Amino acid sequence: MNKPIRRVSIFCLVLILALMLRTNWVQGVQADSWAGNPNNKRQQFDRYAHPRGNIIVGGQPVTKSDFVNGLRYKYKRSWVDGPMYAPVTGYSSQVFGSNGLENLEESILSGTDDRLFFRNTLDMLTGEQKKGGDVVTTINAKAQKAAFDGLGDKKGAVVALDPKTGAILALVSTPSYDPSTISGSEDSDTKAWQDLNADPNKPMLNRALKETYPPGSTFKLVTATAAFENGMFQNIDDQTQTPDPYTLPNTQTVLKNESPNEKCENATLKAAMDQSCNTVYAKIGADLGKDKMRAQAEKFGFNSTVDTPIRSEKSIFPNSAGLDGTAQDSIGQHDTRATPLQMAMVSAAIANNGSLMQPYLVDQERSASLTTISKHTEKQFSQAMSPATAQKMQDLMVSVVQNGTGKNAQIPGLQVGGKTGTAQHGEDNAGLPFAWFTSWAKTSDGQSVAVAVVVEDGSNNRDGISGGRLAAPIAKSVMQAVLGK
Amino acid sequence: MSTYDLSSGAGRPVRRRTPAGRPVSRRRGNTTISPQEAPNRRNTELALLVFAVLLPVLAYANVGLAMDSELPGGMLEYGLGMGSLALVAHLLVRRCAPYADPLMLPLAILLNGLGVVMIWRLDKAGKLLSGNFRAAQNQLMWSALGIALFIGVMVFLKDHRVLQRYTYISMVAALVLLAAPAFFPARAEDFGAKIWIRMGGFSIQPGEFAKVILTVFFAGYLMVKRDALALASRRFMGLYLPRGRDLGPIVVIWLLSLLILIFENDLGTSFLFFGLFVVMLYVATERTSWILFGLLMSVGGATAVAMTTSHVKTRIDAWLDPMAAFAPKPPKGSTEQIGQSLMALGSGGVTGSGLGQGRSWLINFAAKSDFILGSFGEELGLTGLMAIFLLYALLVQRGLRTALAARDPFGKLFAVGLASAMALQVFVVAGGVTGLIPLTGMTMPFLAQGGSSVVANWALIAILLKISDSARRPGVEPAPATEGQGGPAR
Repeated sequence: MNKPIRRVSIFCLVLILALMLRTNWVQGVQADSWAGNPNNKRQQFDRYAHPRGNIIVGGQPVTKSDFVNGLRYKYKRSWVDGPMYAPVTGYSSQVFGSNGLENLEESILSGTDDRLFFRNTLDMLTGEQKKGGDVVTTINAKAQKAAFDGLGDKKGAVVALDPKTGAILALVSTPSYDPSTISGSEDSDTKAWQDLNADPNKPMLNRALKETYPPGSTFKLVTATAAFENGMFQNIDDQTQTPDPYTLPNTQTVLKNESPNEKCENATLKAAMDQSCNTVYAKIGADLGKDKMRAQAEKFGFNSTVDTPIRSEKSIFPNSAGLDGTAQDSIGQHDTRATPLQMAMVSAAIANNGSLMQPYLVDQERSASLTTISKHTEKQFSQAMSPATAQKMQDLMVSVVQNGTGKNAQIPGLQVGGKTGTAQHGEDNAGLPFAWFTSWAKTSDGQSVAVAVVVEDGSNNRDGISGGRLAAPIAKSVMQAVLGK
Repeated sequence: MSTYDLSSGAGRPVRRRTPAGRPVSRRRGNTTISPQEAPNRRNTELALLVFAVLLPVLAYANVGLAMDSELPGGMLEYGLGMGSLALVAHLLVRRCAPYADPLMLPLAILLNGLGVVMIWRLDKAGKLLSGNFRAAQNQLMWSALGIALFIGVMVFLKDHRVLQRYTYISMVAALVLLAAPAFFPARAEDFGAKIWIRMGGFSIQPGEFAKVILTVFFAGYLMVKRDALALASRRFMGLYLPRGRDLGPIVVIWLLSLLILIFENDLGTSFLFFGLFVVMLYVATERTSWILFGLLMSVGGATAVAMTTSHVKTRIDAWLDPMAAFAPKPPKGSTEQIGQSLMALGSGGVTGSGLGQGRSWLINFAAKSDFILGSFGEELGLTGLMAIFLLYALLVQRGLRTALAARDPFGKLFAVGLASAMALQVFVVAGGVTGLIPLTGMTMPFLAQGGSSVVANWALIAILLKISDSARRPGVEPAPATEGQGGPAR
């Protein structure tokens, strides 16, 4: 019987060998695809198996990793001033994933980035606990706080830029939420998540980047720039040929100005900007035509997304309007839409002599040992206008703050330029208007800041919501915070 | 016997030749056997047992350090417990089976010990796993019971040939054990497989015991019938075909397996028994044609059952697409287990996450039992699984070696049956866990949580040790003169 027993022996070894080959296949060859399978929850747990790196504002972390030593998750994310910084950091939740910088900088924050490989290996050999790297933002803590406090209970957003570099100095959206409330995996986190998603005020919407509004009169800056760039006017004191009221081309629709006190008939560019004459800039837009208007708007960044790296919503200058539509588009009504970031970019380009810098939020990525892994290099987004046009636009904006609707933004000792906007929206313009203010300020030694503020409907009183009254004071406090006045 | 001698000589201070080539025989120890006999190798066993106990104790410490950053409290008790069980077993082997194979006991102790550590580690995952949080204690208790049975076999089974008397009683007993679960309701978590007898809070898996008992029957029956089955055959196309009436027994066993499959939905047990019978039939008759018949019958039977009942088809579908269960609308009766197991293995990779640092609790309750290899694969990695497979390969090969060395045909058949049953079981379980073959509900011998399995396998090891003892025992009992004539023992 020994011969068959030997054969059975071989057969049994073949069985074991087959298991070994199969296991090599699964754990060797296929290992990464099983480990990275979207259904493999280990990845989710791994994100919180080590302390995450932090997001830094002004040298201080605004995030923390709390050691909770749960059965599934060892660490949990929490925030310092969560509602204030939520639009910058996004959330990072054990069960609901992440967004914002928490998502975009995942590899650095979790420490899995290839550029951290050497350090991770070293840590493994020395038995040091693995820790993610930090992300240093461009946010100015004072400006952020000024903007957040300025908006208060109101619904709206603020974006502040450094016109010279494109650095985003403030990024605020209200109402906001505290990401700490949804970062865990408890029932309370689920409850908070459901409540936030069901809230009609959309507290998790990043209004500064992801919401578009009709820009209203602030868009007249783009129209005026187009007029200068296309040689329609040479000087801010040039007189226009504008009837008041103005009948939109090819229609019977009559466009009026806000109040009969405004002297808009045949007004100069400067006077029309000071008083925010709809008739004047609507006619300029119609006279330039939609193609020239769109070309100028696109130089400012309209019709494209901006990766800050958090991707902004596209601001829109429509392509398909009739002449009457273009007239209305040119005063920021009709189909024109802009994000708060977009209007800050308009002010920034004007303040920086026509050169629009690419807005950015992340200055540096660094390892846990503070070694810099990457540093942002400034890039021009576009040359939005010639320096000569930029100078004229600055004069226009300064005049608005000195003599016009933007007086609330005056800051002693600083040169300030701005433009108000009160945008109608909704069916037959029945919705509460949006108050806009976009501005810039410069010190004598050349420091500058550009800000855009939008405040959503808060009052039924049309006068009360005008950009000058509601939005300009917020912009002022942010500019003061940045320039230290 | 010459094959067996190959293994002797290592691990004990016996030098056959000096470097000069002059034969020398030096012997230490209190032996009463004449010098030319093979050494009994009990000290080798003891040395190996030290490793087999130490290794799980270190693994236990590792789990504690990894999960709580401190040595686990019960470490001493656990070490002493496993150590004394091993020591008692060893002393009984010294007393009752002094010439037994020295590897099998340490291998069983090692696998058993590692299993307890992994179960304890998964107990520590607490609420993450549904089911018993104190499974490790139960497993330890069952191990003690298993070793008690082992000792019982050592003491009371003077000669394995005694079992030959109970050939037909074994058959009846095995049939009763196999049929019993069909009359008990299956729980939801068994996925339709009826492999349990449940009474009150107590449950046993009779299939594990039936495995040993049925092997007794097969060995006894085939030893008597082998000549008839082997010689009375017709040659056809190079194959010896059995006579119609000799096909009887294999057809009966085949039908029995199919019945298990249909009424108990137990693909694994069904495959195991049929495979076991084919292997033993082949060894008894030395006729390759039986293997061909066996393969045809099992494939045909499985196909027929798969076409008529949903259970087998569900298992095959789950094997072909293990991730289907994760779809928003998973197919009916599907389970995440296989997909979870594969993700556990893949996440473990080559080196594993380290004991206590994996997340095989994602497989849920089966992580301790049927899928314990998934847990080992994640925490010890490919490296650890290779080692575990080698341990099983060694255990199986020592069993088959015992079969080669056995002096009586009953012992040969019995040993080959027990050893290949273990090999088949390991293949069926590990193949299911790694996705090589469709999943069947069976447990990894010694490693997995399950009292019946541990107890039955300890009995299996005890019998193999007894057979190997009688095989290597120097000329005390007269071996049967020729094969096939063995007859009932005195």
